[in-house]
Amino acid sequence: MAEKSKLNLNRVPIPKQPPEVRRRNFNEVALGYSYEQALEEANRCIACKKPGCKDGCPVNVDIPEFIEAMKAGDMPEAVRILKSKNSLPGICGRVCPQETQCEMTCNLAKKGGPIAIGRLERYVADWEREHPEITEKQKGNINCNGRNVAIVGSGPAGLTCAADLAKMGHRVTIFEALHVAGGVLMYGIPEFRLPKVIVQGEVNYVKSLGVEIKLNHVIGKIATVDELLENGFDAVFLAPGAGAPIFLNIPGENLSGIYSANEFLTRINLMKAYRFPEYDTPIQIGKRVAVFGAGNVAMDASRCALRLGAEEVYIIYRRSKAEMPARLEERENAEEEGVILKLLTNPSRFIGDEKGRVKAVELYEMALGEPDESGRPRPIRKPGSEFIMEIDIAIPALGTRPNPVIPSTTKGLELTKWGTVLTDEATGRTSKERVWCGGDMATGAATVISAMGAGRRAATDIDGWLKNRG
Amino acid sequence: MYRIIKRELLVPNTIYLKVEAPEIARKAKAGQFVILRVDEVGERFPLSLAGWDKHEGTIEVVFLIMGKSTMKLSSLCQGDCIMDVVGPLGKPTEVEAYGNVLLVCSTFGVGPAIVLAKPLREKGNKVISVMEVKDKTYLFWEDRLRSVSSETHIVFGDGSCGKHRLASQFVREYLETGNKADRVFVFGRVFTMIECCKATKPFGVKTIVALTPIMVDGTGMCGCCRVAVGGETKFTCVDGPEFDGHLVDWELLIKRKRAYLKEEAQAFDLYQPDNLRQLTGLSKLPERASVV
Repeated sequence: MAEKSKLNLNRVPIPKQPPEVRRRNFNEVALGYSYEQALEEANRCIACKKPGCKDGCPVNVDIPEFIEAMKAGDMPEAVRILKSKNSLPGICGRVCPQETQCEMTCNLAKKGGPIAIGRLERYVADWEREHPEITEKQKGNINCNGRNVAIVGSGPAGLTCAADLAKMGHRVTIFEALHVAGGVLMYGIPEFRLPKVIVQGEVNYVKSLGVEIKLNHVIGKIATVDELLENGFDAVFLAPGAGAPIFLNIPGENLSGIYSANEFLTRINLMKAYRFPEYDTPIQIGKRVAVFGAGNVAMDASRCALRLGAEEVYIIYRRSKAEMPARLEERENAEEEGVILKLLTNPSRFIGDEKGRVKAVELYEMALGEPDESGRPRPIRKPGSEFIMEIDIAIPALGTRPNPVIPSTTKGLELTKWGTVLTDEATGRTSKERVWCGGDMATGAATVISAMGAGRRAATDIDGWLKNRG
Repeated sequence: MYRIIKRELLVPNTIYLKVEAPEIARKAKAGQFVILRVDEVGERFPLSLAGWDKHEGTIEVVFLIMGKSTMKLSSLCQGDCIMDVVGPLGKPTEVEAYGNVLLVCSTFGVGPAIVLAKPLREKGNKVISVMEVKDKTYLFWEDRLRSVSSETHIVFGDGSCGKHRLASQFVREYLETGNKADRVFVFGRVFTMIECCKATKPFGVKTIVALTPIMVDGTGMCGCCRVAVGGETKFTCVDGPEFDGHLVDWELLIKRKRAYLKEEAQAFDLYQPDNLRQLTGLSKLPERASVV
């Protein structure tokens, strides 16, 4: 009886803004647990002898331990445990795909009710932010036998690597190309999924460890990687992100009103175009918006379009719902808010008006055939199925390919056939001595947490290598 | 923050700034540009480098007041700071020993042309500069251009001096009368570029133009600055800004440059009330800002 009562499989739902409200504002969708809700969820954890959750986490957060501290009501301890392995918990708690990581390997997942680890992580991180007086900030051991490490890019990989190296006693300088730190967390992921004050809070934490962040520094332009190595840096970690957007490569794609998802999201998130003309950067939205692609970025772009006032927003995807690469939660959020999925449909050309603005797209229908090399059914064009759809804005969200600025200016850096930097996955080492790489530049577009994992592994290897070198 | 060391109104609507940016100055090369953001709410926009001084640690830009962002930038004084300056961006000009080089420039293109003349001459080129100016009121840096060119010709748009009104007319006649040009560069107005390309095309003289489309990040990340060159899509910020003018799709470039005319006009109109609000303490924002 006692055993049975422990197995509470009812996850405490996270309060959210109702879809009809949130679809028109940029405030955060998920509102976060109250203390009572967090405690109730924490108390469902059965503290198993062989916890599965830890193995599912790319940065091996001591999940059962921080949940135990929560249960005991010791929030400062929960913060300490969480942050000892994860420098960006407020971000991870919001954007990690927990359902394929820690929550998938949670022993309660088999029974159908894994602990909502992400929501608890978010609660702990937010609690810390609201109680800055309680948690003593860890200070980096600057000048403590430390070496100088340069990190290129202040996204999730760069910030994690920087924080780890600073904690190990190294002097770390991050070079960021944009005018704020955070990389994709600032320009890519929208405010309603990841508020920018949370990102800046975690950037400030990394700075508090003694990390220096130099903004407006495009490595490859203002200084090359080789110049960094010649000018006092013992090691360089490359984490510049994926970079260049992929377009559909169909006629009419350069008409105005067609934004890469990167441009659309950058204008909105980084430049705050949704507050034009209070902010100077404009964005156009019109009535009908078509987003091409079905990953998380496509979901973000379509949901931003709704919030900017578009009447109809379509996700146009050549396969079926089952193959959509976006997280289930993001797809559901988008659908709840009114994004319309147009599946098994592909564009063939854009049609413009006399001013060079897009006014329509020609689409055709697809059928699913045998699985292709990716294991997903191959979409096949249905002959004679072409039709025209009027649109005001089009947003290709098809992923990115590596930005060539660093590879083309760095001697001896081997690339893969995809243009990513050839990198040893376990250590982050590249073909060039004293240069490590991680995040999207090494793997192609992936998740925030996998980039953080790469940042952590590289930090460990860099530290070991620097110490061996004496 | 990037401090303004010197500010000067060169001619009406045309501002010169010298800005403290030692790291950019150290690496700058002819043909490159910077992206600026004037203040916290500002947009990012590119300006060609019109000069730099490695020892002094400064860069120079010349720009036309076109809209709100350039108006804001022009309102800064000596000693004020620009919030963000990033660079040097774009590929430097390919400088080779071409032989006879025609260096055409108009308005804000005078700066980058002067910058290019020096390395061109160091490679042994003969540099024939052609400056297109509306009328005498708009003439600036003639002396600077003369001092770096082998030959300098000024073409006034009002026809007040010589028979030509456009630089392209000079270029056409220059080539038609049997003079040899091995390479032409054009900086400044798009119109000047288009006309010069028309003039050089029949003679098969390669003509390099420095394009100035709308940009956001300036590092190849967003694709806002895409242009069609020889039927291929290129990003001006990382593949350019200089391209073979005979291959550029000018109509597309112009249409994309004009994509935000309405918003630009709106922002510019509201710039004045914006000032007023600050002065009077009125806090009401225009309707469109009420999204959040």
